[in-house]
Parts: sequence; structure tokens; C-alpha cells
Amino acid sequence: MIAQVGHDPLDLTLAACAIWLVLAAASLALSRRPRALRALFVGGSAGSFLFLTAGLRALFAPASHMTLPFGLPQLAFHLHLDPLAAVFVVLFGFTSVAISLFAAGYLRHEPTAHVARMAGQYHLLLAAIGLVLLADDAYVFLVAWETMAWSSYLLIISDDHMVQARRAGLLYLVTEHMGAIALMLAFGILQSATHAGLAGYAFPVMRATTLTPEMASTVFALGLFGFGAKAGFLPLHAWLPEAHPVAPSPVSALLSGVLLKLGIYGLLLVTLELLHAPLWWWGIVMLVLGLTTALFGAIYSAAQNDMKRLLSYSSIENIGLILAGIGLTVLFEAYHMASLAALALMATLYHTLNHAVFKSLLFLGTGSILHATAERNLGRLGGLIHRMPWVAALLLIGSFAAAGVPPFNGFVSEWLLLQSFLGATSFPQPYLNMAVPLGAAAVVLVAGLAAYVMVKFYGISFLGQPREPALKAAEDAGPHERTGLLLLAAGCLFLGLFPAWTVDLFRPAVAQLIGPAAAQDTLAGNVFSCRLHAATQADYRPLVVLGALALVSATLVFLLRRLAPAPLRRTDAWNGGHEARTARMQDTAEGFGQPIRHVFASFFRMQIERPAAAETTPVYASRIEDPLWYAIYLPIVRSVSRLSEWVALLRRRRIAIYLLYAFATLVILLVLTP
Amino acid sequence: MTDRALALQFLQSVLVLAGAPLLAGWVEQCRAWLGNRRGAGPLQPYRVLRKLWRKELVVAHGASWVFRGAPYVLVAAMIIAGSIVPLLAPILPLAPAADAIALVGVFALARMVSALAAMDIGTAFGSMGARREMLIGFLAEPALLMVLFTPALISHSTSLAAIVRQLAATHLLLYPSMAFAASAYVMVLLAENARLPVDNPDTHLELTMIHGALHLEYTGRHLALIEWAAAIKLVTYMAIGIALFLPWGMSATGSLSGIAFATGLLAMKMTAAGAALAFIETLLAKLRLFRVPEFLGTAFMVAVLGILVHFLLGT
Repeated sequence: MIAQVGHDPLDLTLAACAIWLVLAAASLALSRRPRALRALFVGGSAGSFLFLTAGLRALFAPASHMTLPFGLPQLAFHLHLDPLAAVFVVLFGFTSVAISLFAAGYLRHEPTAHVARMAGQYHLLLAAIGLVLLADDAYVFLVAWETMAWSSYLLIISDDHMVQARRAGLLYLVTEHMGAIALMLAFGILQSATHAGLAGYAFPVMRATTLTPEMASTVFALGLFGFGAKAGFLPLHAWLPEAHPVAPSPVSALLSGVLLKLGIYGLLLVTLELLHAPLWWWGIVMLVLGLTTALFGAIYSAAQNDMKRLLSYSSIENIGLILAGIGLTVLFEAYHMASLAALALMATLYHTLNHAVFKSLLFLGTGSILHATAERNLGRLGGLIHRMPWVAALLLIGSFAAAGVPPFNGFVSEWLLLQSFLGATSFPQPYLNMAVPLGAAAVVLVAGLAAYVMVKFYGISFLGQPREPALKAAEDAGPHERTGLLLLAAGCLFLGLFPAWTVDLFRPAVAQLIGPAAAQDTLAGNVFSCRLHAATQADYRPLVVLGALALVSATLVFLLRRLAPAPLRRTDAWNGGHEARTARMQDTAEGFGQPIRHVFASFFRMQIERPAAAETTPVYASRIEDPLWYAIYLPIVRSVSRLSEWVALLRRRRIAIYLLYAFATLVILLVLTP
Repeated sequence: MTDRALALQFLQSVLVLAGAPLLAGWVEQCRAWLGNRRGAGPLQPYRVLRKLWRKELVVAHGASWVFRGAPYVLVAAMIIAGSIVPLLAPILPLAPAADAIALVGVFALARMVSALAAMDIGTAFGSMGARREMLIGFLAEPALLMVLFTPALISHSTSLAAIVRQLAATHLLLYPSMAFAASAYVMVLLAENARLPVDNPDTHLELTMIHGALHLEYTGRHLALIEWAAAIKLVTYMAIGIALFLPWGMSATGSLSGIAFATGLLAMKMTAAGAALAFIETLLAKLRLFRVPEFLGTAFMVAVLGILVHFLLGT
């Protein structure tokens, strides 16, 4: 029996969850000892590593199942680890190894009480995320899901003396709970269709049941809403740009890198696994919603001045692309175009993993900047490449990855996504054939905007002259933080340079959701190449691109040193001959975003204050707000408060009134009782 | 066969590298003629490059490794792009490294690198140029990909070699969709290569610059590399246009006589394309910056029309 422990990846993942729970408990005992508390994060990182190795093994192992003797009577905890879950186990394991290591260094400046609280909540969150991925029945899933929501809420409001943090936390919590209610209803419908009583809550039983199209569509709609609240699909995105900036940076990284991806996991689980016969229009809904979300996120992120808000809008953009990928997968699957469905699903999973890695990297990097400068506003940064060479070099990799340029990882998944859009030409409905390739245009526009955003993010914060005198004293990240960033940057490079190996990681999951044959013949390739089906010649070889780039640049450097050995002289900048040059003459973040505000003016709710002509101290300010906040959220708030006013009418201060209510209720019940 | 393909790859890379300034000079010469000037001759860019190579390298205080490394990466990216597009025969061994989408990606990489380098010193012109360049980039990129999708849909592959093989094999069969794609492509080419009406390559007024403002701070061999990269980019764009819209005459197998014939024909096509570019530029006036989105939006819509025509006609 003991020999078997360690052979089954599921045991390893459970061991990792147990480690995290122990660490969470230990934080209570160590609440006065800052060094020990930070060591807990290193331990958490080891737990993540265990989780990661278990996931890698589970990818190529048959799905394993386990029942734990907790839970409801007649419904023990069902756990499983199948290839789909394993993909997300790997994603979560890898990113959290780096995030925990980073946190161990990052928290050294925080007050001890704060660190103690965070250590407990953080490790509880890790365990809850792990359990969500392992859950094999709706009950465990929802218990873990809610634990995750609560613990992440507590982490978001870590700085609870800030009003913004408390408000953002409340918004997050309300959105998550609306989503959770939808999920409960969805699982309830699925369970009632099984006619198996409590046992019907187990996922394998749900999987074996086929629902009527109406019921299935209801479950789909509820699932899209419920998981969309977590992932941040339009219009449920509002919590992202509020919660990410106020949360401590490792938490932002975990939110964007992992928690959003669990929404994606859940959506894949419900649409392709539990409801195994998707309808074609679900695909259209997700495709349109995804592309709209992506465009919205891209345009808004280009207009942001706060670096963490900018990154969180960029997360909305990427989540939109992932949702579009799921939509495409479902569309192909509904028309039984298995090999294209497999391609689209691989693109989806690839982008999910890519985004987890590069967005965690970028968010952790903003944490380092924040510690070094105490400044989140891009317009007050600048020139950090000289003071923080490590962070600057690693974040350059992350920025290229997020911009989706070769040979970095963001490009590979965009390439795959575009290829699957291009393949969409043989639907039985001709108008679909015409409309779907146009989705590719939206994807490319989003990619172009992402490059704009990343140039803005990187150029304004790291390049140029320091915009504030205090920046000249900024210090580079410490060893723990560097290691965390380095791991994630290495992940970006690996995923970008070895697409064929990465795709092999997804093959078992694709086989599980689409079918083994389609999973096998999609994307043939060896180390060097990532090639679509054997029939087409479309090919992309990032190693060759990088090799050629490096070779040509090195040759040029060598040749020019030899042939044109002119000396290098440092002097003042030319600047078009203008002598005065101060840091305030550079573009601010607002200035850099100005073309976007101009081109997409009709998308924004914008207020601009322009100075009058003769003003001696001119002030220019523009404020950009989310129109959906006014169109959807505030009306809901208003109608809820109006409703509660009506409810308040029922409340009188005299006990006689309440007795009357009780009496009336009794009478009504007696009348209704047959 | 592989030896011949390797030799051909070498020939093409050298042709693109060495010939790029000649094409740039030819376009300038044609513009001079059309403007009733005598012009400096098509060899002028070589003289400029030689001059820059010899000059002292002056780098501003505060320039980091991003600034100093960017020219090399730029030239390398352009050389890769120029080595992938089929010029003489669609049998290049490097071609599988990147298909049409990845080629657009390589251009995007080059654009990002030059925009970041422009922001590195921290001048007002640098960041202004960077934001304008990125603006044109995100507008031109979708249009360019839509242009490339039409032939990709016709040949069921995004590989440039496969596209060229398919299009060159159909003897002068005209695809109506390709006419739309071609006109959109010309517009994208003008925008991406800093040509009129989007950017004025001759301007000396920094505030009207787009591309020029990016490289104001570069001197000596750095500037030479950047000028060279711009020339390679122009020649690559011309080569993509020729490969997609006028592929006839390319050697299918890479036989010696075929290559000789293709080289001669290519020289004629490039000469004509360069003259046509100069002609178009002479006819147009520069657009205001915020008319550029309309210009590129038109290019995008025309390219989309091409795709729709492809689906409607089923060819």
C-alpha cells in the first residue's frame, strides 16, 4: 500500500494540498516571526513543485479516481485527475512555484502581522485551487470554489485600510457569488437529469446522462454566466481592473495567472465534458462574446495609466481570445469537424497556459517596481532599466510575449488560433463560412493593440529618463524575486521555442474532449517545427527564427567591429537640435495613449479638461470610464436599492404588525393546504 | 536538390541584402525624374551607407542596451523576412521557418524593437514617433493579414511557398478576389514603408515625422544599419507583392536556366514596381495623421471584400 503512494499522481496532488493546509495552519503559530513566515512561502513553492510534477505525470497516465470519506452522507468526496484537469494542474503548479518564491522575497518589507495573515490566506487559496481541479463531484467542486472565492477576497482586501481595496473586494465578492449561484443551478439541473439522487452529483454520472437541447442550453447559459464571473467575460469584467491594482502583486499574479483560468477550466468542463453534445449556436455566442471581450480589453488597456490596471485590462483581452477559442472549438465540434475542433482546442489551451505564464511574470514585475518606487502610475516612472537591470531584462521578455511577436510564446497560440479561424471554411451553413474568417481580423487587431499596449507599458516604465527624482534611488529585485521572475521568463521562452513539445502536453486533454484520432493527427511536428496537419504546409519554426536572429545579429556586430571600427562617443541627445531636454518632455502614459483615445473615441466614456488659452499654469486631464459600469452595474444597484425600499415598507416598528404577518402567513398556508 | 536549394537560398539572401539599397535608390531616382529633378542616381544609397559606416558613433547619455542592440535586431529581422519570401523559386530551405502569419509577426517584432529603442533616450520626438509608429502598426497589421488570407484561402495553406506554387501554376487565371487584395496590399505597403501619403520620407520637420522621428538619435554605423533595414523591408514588401500578385515566371524546380530566367524577370518586375511606387507617391499628398486610420481602414475593408468575393464566387 505504501509502495503505491507516489505512483499515483492523484496522491501527490493531495499531498501538495495537505502541505498547503499545514502551512496555512502553521502561519497562525508563527505569526510573530517574520523570517519563518517568509520561509512558509518557500515551503508553499515546494508544494507547488510537487503539484506540478504530479500534473506532468498525470498528463500521460490514465485518469485516476479516488473517494475520500468526507462530505455529505451518501455523497463522499469524489476526486479525480484526468488529462484536462492535469493541463490546469501543470499551469497552476508552474506559475505558483514562481509566485510563491517571489512572494517569499517580496513580503520582506511588509509588517509582520500583515505577512502572517497573508501567509494563512494565501496557502488556503492554493489548497482550494488544487481541490477545484481535483473535484469529481459538484459538491466538492462548489465547496472548493467558494473557499477559493473567500480566500482570494481576503487577499484582495489585504490592504483593508484603503477604501478602494474594500470596495474592489466587495465588487469581487458579489460578482463571484452571483456566479456561484448560477453554477449551483447549473449543477442542480445536471443532477436532476440523472435521476440518481445524491449520487447524481458525481461528474461521471452527469457525463453519462444526455440532456434535452433546452435543458442543455440552460445549463450552458448558467455555466457561461457562472464561470464568466470568475474569468471576466464582458459584462462581468468590472471586478478585474478594480481588484488587481489594490491586491498585493503576488496575489494579482495569482488572480490573473491562475484564478481567471479556473473559469476557463470550468467552462471547458461543462460545455465539452459534462454536456458532451454541444449545439452550434453556443459556439457562435462564445465566439462573438469572446471577440467583443478581447477588443474591449485591448482598447481599454491602451488607455490606462495605472500599470496594474493596464495589465488587468490586458487580461480581459486575453481571456476574450481564449473564450473565442472555446467558441470555435464548440462550433467545430457541433458540426463534427473533429480535426479542426482539436486544433482550436489546442490553440485555446496553449493560449491559456501562455497567458498564465506571461501575465504572472508581468504582474510580479509590477510588484518589484512598486516596491522600488512606491508608484503605480506609469506617468511617474521611467528609466528603470538603469536601476533595475534584472527586472527590466526579464520583463522585456514578458512584454514581447504579451505582445504576441515571434519567437516568444504569445505568438504561438495566436498563430494556432488564426490557423483554426482560417480552417473554418467548410461549414454546412454558407454564411458561417463567410463570417467566421472575419473573426480572424478581430484577433489580429487585438494582437496589434496588444503590441501597442506593451510598448506603452515597457517603454514608459523602463525606458527614457526617470520622470521623478526619487526613481534614481530605485533598487533591483532581491534574489527570491529574481528567481521567481526568472522561472516565468524561462517558461515564456520554452513555450515560445518548443511549440511541438508543448502541444504534446495538450494532446491527451484534446483526446479526452474531442477524440483520440483527431488529437493524434493535428499538429504534427518535431522539436524544430510546429506544423499543421500533414496535408498542409503551414509551418512555424521558432527555433530557426531565433537562431537566425541571433546568428545574423552576432555576425553583424562582429563584422562591423572589424570593418568599421569607429569609436563610440557619449554625448547629449541630439533631440532635433533643441537644447533644453527635461524628463517632463517625454510622453506621459496619457500622452502615449492619445492616438488610441482619438481613434476609438466613441468606445470610451471620456471627460477631458482642457486648459483655456491664456492660462498660466495649464492643466490637461482626461478621465476614462467604463461605459458598461453606467449601462449595467449602476442600474442594477439602483433597482436593488429601490427594491429594498419597498421591502422596507413592510417593516414597521410595532410588534403587532409582525404578529399580523405571522397570522396572515398561517391563514394562507391553511387555505393552500388541501 | 538540397544543394541547389541551399545555393538558391544563399543567392536570394545575398540578392536581397545587396540589392535592397539599389531598389531604394531607383525609387528615389524615379521620384526625382517625375519631380523634374536630375536626381543623385540609383547608387546614392550605397554612398550614404559607406559614409555612415565611416563616421564616428555618437550615442546619447542615458542610452541603454535596448538602444544599442536594436539596429542589429532590426536588420536581422528584415534579413529573415527577406530570405523567406519566394523570389526566384518556391523551394527555399528557410521558408518553412515562418509562414505568412509568422512573417507578419517578424515585422511586428521589428516594429516593437524600433519603437522601444526610440523611447530609450527619453526625448519628446522619440516617444512621439514611437506612438505614431505603433498606431500605424496596429492598423496596418490586420489589413496586411487580411490581404494574405485571400491567397491563403485560395491555396488552403498559409505557407508562402505553397501559395506561390498554387498561384504560379494557374496560367494567368485571374482571381477577382486577388484584385481587391492587390489594391489593399499597395495601401499597406505605402503605410508600412513610411511612404506618402502616410509618411513623408523626405521631411526634415520632426513634428511631421513618423518613421524618421524613431531614428533621430541614431548616428554612424547604427544609422547605417537602420537605413539598410528600411531598404530591405521595402524590397521584401515588393517581393511579397510580386510573389502574391505577379508570381509568373518563377522557376518551379530551381533548374539553372529557370533561375536565370526568373532572375532576369524579377529585375524587370522590381524595376517596374519601383517606378510605379514613385509614380503613386508623386501623385499623392501627405495625409494628416488622424486621416491615416481612415486610409488603413479602407485598406482593411478592401481586403475583407476580397475574402468575401472569394467565398461568393467559390474560387
